[in-house]
Amino acid sequence: MSVTYIDAIKDAQYKALESDESVFIYGQDIGAFGGAFKATKGLQDKWPERVMDAPISEDAMIGMAIGAAIEGMRPIIEMQFADFSSVGFNQIVNNAATHYYRTGVPVPITVRMPSGGTPGSGPFHSQSIEAIYSHYPGCVVLTPATVSDAYHMLLEGVAMDDPVIYCEHKLLYRWLKSDDYEGDGLRLPIGKARVTRPGKHATVVTYSAMVHEAVRAAEMLQSEGWEIEVVDLRSVKPLDTDTVVASVARTGRLLAVGESFPWGGVTAEIVSRVMKEGFHLLDAPPMRLNAKDSPIPYHPKLWAAHRPTPESICHALKELLAY
Amino acid sequence: MDLTKEHARKVYRAMVTARLLEAKFSSLYKAGQIVGGVYLGKGQEAVSASIGGRLEMGKDIFAPLIRDQAGRTAFGEDMLDATRTYLGSVKGPMRGRDGNIHRGRPKEGLIAMISHLGTSLSVLGGMLKARQIQGRMDGCVGATCIGDGATSTGSFHEGLNYVAVEKLPVVVVVADNQFAYSTPSSKQYACDDLIDRAKGYGLVGHSVDGTDTLACASVIGGAVDAARRGEGPQMVVAKLLRLGGHGEHDDGSYIPEEIRTSHYGRDCIEVGKAQLFERGWLSEDELAEWENEAKREVQAAVTKAQKEDAPDPYREDWSSLSRGSFRNW
Repeated sequence: MSVTYIDAIKDAQYKALESDESVFIYGQDIGAFGGAFKATKGLQDKWPERVMDAPISEDAMIGMAIGAAIEGMRPIIEMQFADFSSVGFNQIVNNAATHYYRTGVPVPITVRMPSGGTPGSGPFHSQSIEAIYSHYPGCVVLTPATVSDAYHMLLEGVAMDDPVIYCEHKLLYRWLKSDDYEGDGLRLPIGKARVTRPGKHATVVTYSAMVHEAVRAAEMLQSEGWEIEVVDLRSVKPLDTDTVVASVARTGRLLAVGESFPWGGVTAEIVSRVMKEGFHLLDAPPMRLNAKDSPIPYHPKLWAAHRPTPESICHALKELLAY
Repeated sequence: MDLTKEHARKVYRAMVTARLLEAKFSSLYKAGQIVGGVYLGKGQEAVSASIGGRLEMGKDIFAPLIRDQAGRTAFGEDMLDATRTYLGSVKGPMRGRDGNIHRGRPKEGLIAMISHLGTSLSVLGGMLKARQIQGRMDGCVGATCIGDGATSTGSFHEGLNYVAVEKLPVVVVVADNQFAYSTPSSKQYACDDLIDRAKGYGLVGHSVDGTDTLACASVIGGAVDAARRGEGPQMVVAKLLRLGGHGEHDDGSYIPEEIRTSHYGRDCIEVGKAQLFERGWLSEDELAEWENEAKREVQAAVTKAQKEDAPDPYREDWSSLSRGSFRNW
């Protein structure tokens, strides 16, 4: 049976609620309504005390989760959109993420962040926030790109004793499908990147929905004789430098691709690590490709040009290969 | 509530002990032995001890703020936790990783505040909600203290709304001490009285003169009892004046003389003394005994903490995660 990325997220939450009484889900419109993206559809019927609607108070939602975690619960907080987590930002980075270091008491909270752009969503329903939460000490930041990873990494995240920022890409919700998402064959532990597509001429390191755009770009260049390796980071914190450097050792060329804004961030971190660990392996200066340094535009035509696309990734790769 | 002699004495003794402990912190700070800052509860002891003293450590939850030494003492926080945290002992609950009033024992119901005001309220609510889900409320109450300045934050608004929506057994004590750092309350809120907000949020409101020790013990204690009886979240606004600067680095010279000499400029310790003496609930000899005992306890706790090791940066594991660092991080 074919399962979508969003179904895998729902199923993982079902399993978490079913197997552990300390798990609960808290978020806006997630109860009877089933969530803005239906990631919690039907869950409140089965567990009315553990699937709860929240007021529009992202700060209080995270604070509430911290308190509940101190008391032994494992809350999953659904941000309606990752963009709105900025209102809960303070509780995440200053309270949840410092709590274990300061007090010795861990707070096992998982914050689900519907991330990334979709056509027509505009500046406030499209953001990718993984770099911001990775910058601060104290959080694990997950960015699954496959149905299987969406399922297993959510369960693994909920089982972790530390705060987890789980970035689920909205563009993948219904488009991405898999027949074998529960199988262990595709599982990797958090902290391990995956070589999604092997190649030998250049490495694209990316994560989340951009993995699929990078694979499309690699397919486009195949007809021209280029074999592009695509590395899916899976989690941006921890960041699997070893797998990235091993890939660069094979190809000698690096392009880091991300959907978030270009100043700093995950792609800059990748380049910086490769420069330090693998400078001698490089045949060309490493490159980065990100979204533009502007708010994310509403109109689909503008939006499509704002983020990296298979075409713009191809363009960057050609520049990299020509060096 | 009907004020009992026992409760009034418990509140007042915590006030006296906290005043002496904080005086010691002030001296240590001025002698350069405490780094960072020292924030005193001078003038707010009656309010603070009245809430802490009505809670039971091990059963209830308390989220103190920066002027709540008296509340912590009354709640039952070990004095060593205070001296060790201020002096940076590795044996304290924060182990030198955080200091002064940012201390707590969350697993024992004492929330460790962060500096961002208002954030503890939803944490407190979450702790109670978890107990509700787990079926172990067992008549517990959660209480937090906050100043007039913190009532202006979004976090406080969200937290207050949250505990009200969930009808949790919470008591929010607002010490309206007229100044948030140097900013007068006229620049902090526009309503006639902060207690007006109780109705707006759906909490039961109580007002009290924060300099009137026995009134505080009665009104704030009564609010705790009401929350415990299941009468929903309660809010107490206590009017008073901060008798000092924001911290010991600040002389508070911006507080006008006419406010210092006004009714709210009086010292709740003096008021409480007179009240207890008048009722025959405390004698001069007993008070002297309390003071002497507190001084001995303070000196012993400071001496002990001063002898203890400071954290060692070479032994610090620097891990912000309980699982330890990932190999790749």
